[in-house]
Amino acid sequence: MEYYFQTKQMSVGYQGTPLIRDITIHLDKGEILTLIGPNGSGKSTILKSIARQLHLIDGVVYLDKKDLAGLSGVELSRSMAVVFTEKLQTEMMTCADAVATGRYPYTGRFGILSREDRQAVNEAMELVHVTEIKNQDFTKVSDGQRQRVMLARAICQEPEILILDEPTSFLDIKYKLEFLSILQELCRKKRLTVIMSLHELELAQRISDRVLCVKGEYVECFGTPENVFQPGYIQSLFDIEIGRFDEANSQMELQAAQGTPEVFVIAGGGTGKSVYRRLQRDKIPFVTGILFENDLDYPVALALAAEVVAAEAFEPIPKELFEEAKKKLDECKQVICCREKFGLLDKANEELLAYAEEAGKVGNFPYEMKK
Amino acid sequence: MDRIQKRKQRYIVSCVVLVAGVAVLFALNICIGSVKFHFSDIACNQTMRRIVWDIRMPRATAVLILGGALALTGYLLQTFFHNPIAGPFVLGISSGAKMVVALVMVFLLGKAIHVSSMAMILAAFIGAMMSMGFVLLVSRRINNMSMLVISGVMIGYICSAVTELVVTFADDADIVNLHNWSQGSFSGMTWENVKVMAFVVAITFVVIFLLSKPLSAYQLGETYAKNMGVNVRLLRVWLVLLSSILSACIVAFAGPISFVGIAVPHLVKKLFGTAEPIWMIPACFLGGSVFCLFCDLLARTLLAPTELSISTVTAVFGAPIVLAVMIKRRK
Repeated sequence: MEYYFQTKQMSVGYQGTPLIRDITIHLDKGEILTLIGPNGSGKSTILKSIARQLHLIDGVVYLDKKDLAGLSGVELSRSMAVVFTEKLQTEMMTCADAVATGRYPYTGRFGILSREDRQAVNEAMELVHVTEIKNQDFTKVSDGQRQRVMLARAICQEPEILILDEPTSFLDIKYKLEFLSILQELCRKKRLTVIMSLHELELAQRISDRVLCVKGEYVECFGTPENVFQPGYIQSLFDIEIGRFDEANSQMELQAAQGTPEVFVIAGGGTGKSVYRRLQRDKIPFVTGILFENDLDYPVALALAAEVVAAEAFEPIPKELFEEAKKKLDECKQVICCREKFGLLDKANEELLAYAEEAGKVGNFPYEMKK
Repeated sequence: MDRIQKRKQRYIVSCVVLVAGVAVLFALNICIGSVKFHFSDIACNQTMRRIVWDIRMPRATAVLILGGALALTGYLLQTFFHNPIAGPFVLGISSGAKMVVALVMVFLLGKAIHVSSMAMILAAFIGAMMSMGFVLLVSRRINNMSMLVISGVMIGYICSAVTELVVTFADDADIVNLHNWSQGSFSGMTWENVKVMAFVVAITFVVIFLLSKPLSAYQLGETYAKNMGVNVRLLRVWLVLLSSILSACIVAFAGPISFVGIAVPHLVKKLFGTAEPIWMIPACFLGGSVFCLFCDLLARTLLAPTELSISTVTAVFGAPIVLAVMIKRRK
């Protein structure tokens, strides 16, 4: 099958030495591909090679069945726009002027803007909501505004494909979401194809149609986010040794407290997360239970608790598990209960609480808990 | 739309100001001098006519052409290196050209061979390319603004030292004139000289103007220029060649002249409120003409009949501007 964008045995690197070999990517028109991987893994090198900033060491890149290397300068600039980490160097240019530089491939011998060019510039600025800063000096606007101006510039270049290198790195959360939403809209409405690198895995997981994982000499993995974000994969891709990344919910936790458990936390239904994190901050090792495996608390517990007593979801808690929990509770000095009420299926937790109260271990020590 | 109109208006007014400046200063340069001049004299006074027509006119025209070329070289080099304090003088290009010209002159004059203007330009071009090559080599290795300028100044000193040595030891009567020239001076221009420089500068100017669009992309940084489809490598070759030709032409006729190349582009940018090459190329030329006509007028008249070296005057006005630019960038 022929794809809109594809690479065949592409090898990239510097000065003839390949850094990453045999990269095979394929994308349909209007899809978003995100490159993820550790720092220095070569994401930028791949993007630069696709954008023809670097010579390919081997292989071919096809855009709409045409070899990208065979395009003339003008053809390339009309079909591909870039937003790289290098700053656009401007002198005495307003944001509107900076956006207008995107019209370069369409202007004549002397680069004079026509009425249509100006209109395209205005529309692009409208689209990314930078019209109100159009008369401000480009070097004096904030990072978030500058990045959106760069996007407007790329849009008014009217490309088929857009290459972005870490476009959201210096943006705050509002602008990150806004920036990616605009990108998504462009892909869906204008059928723009996007290839970018992102550091924010949680965003990559949400926005990407395809994900390319870069590490070492070969590409580790290429596929849909569902395929790529398998449990434990991110841990191994980034060699995470301290702390933990949960692929299913894209949340991350710091390193768990070490040592023998001192506290038992009765949790469930998402009530335990903040207590776990509090205990982690105070470096107090703890046990928690009895959690169903589909509980909101469960992934956090896995990351932070010394031990987790977990039960199969949607099933009543078996007797043996209850006994196990009791035994673990006996070994702890304190019990914290995060629950206010218990359901039919987790009667066991209620009994556990009663058992702890009998032993006089229940208290809010060391924390003031709502009860 | 309103803003675009306003901008255009500013560009046009600025152009008119510069053209008027050139005209007025050109007239002053012809009228003012150690010999007093009245328009009525031209008709009846043969000597006066010769002074005006054979000495002041070609000199003022040469100042106009070379001054413009000087500022334009500065603009090209600043664009090329993305460095606001680049110029033919600080990068040692003028001094390199000067050295080769001096060597060629001393060698050929010693053998009583007349050196044509074109041969001088060629010699200067070779010298300019030598310095340029050295500076390029440094800039490859060290991507630092001040290091680039320091290495340029150093090569400038070395070349000047060699030139001084040659000029001092060759005490032929003809070569005494070399001393004046090696300090930078517009004196002794003939119509023959003017023709040659006008020809060289005009052609170079047209080529530079035709490159204004790729230059505007190049200003944004190489990454974006490449994405715009600009053949960056070819453009860089063009820039090196063109700025070397202009520098060579200036040095061959007037010797090394400091600060015009750095200061004028900044003044002109301020005046126009833009750095767009399509406006800057003609504007820098006009601005350079105005600046040099003004400075040469002072050089001739301040301590008349003794003439100041032109670089003395340009430095007085140019150096503060360069300092101001550097301080402003630090902020």
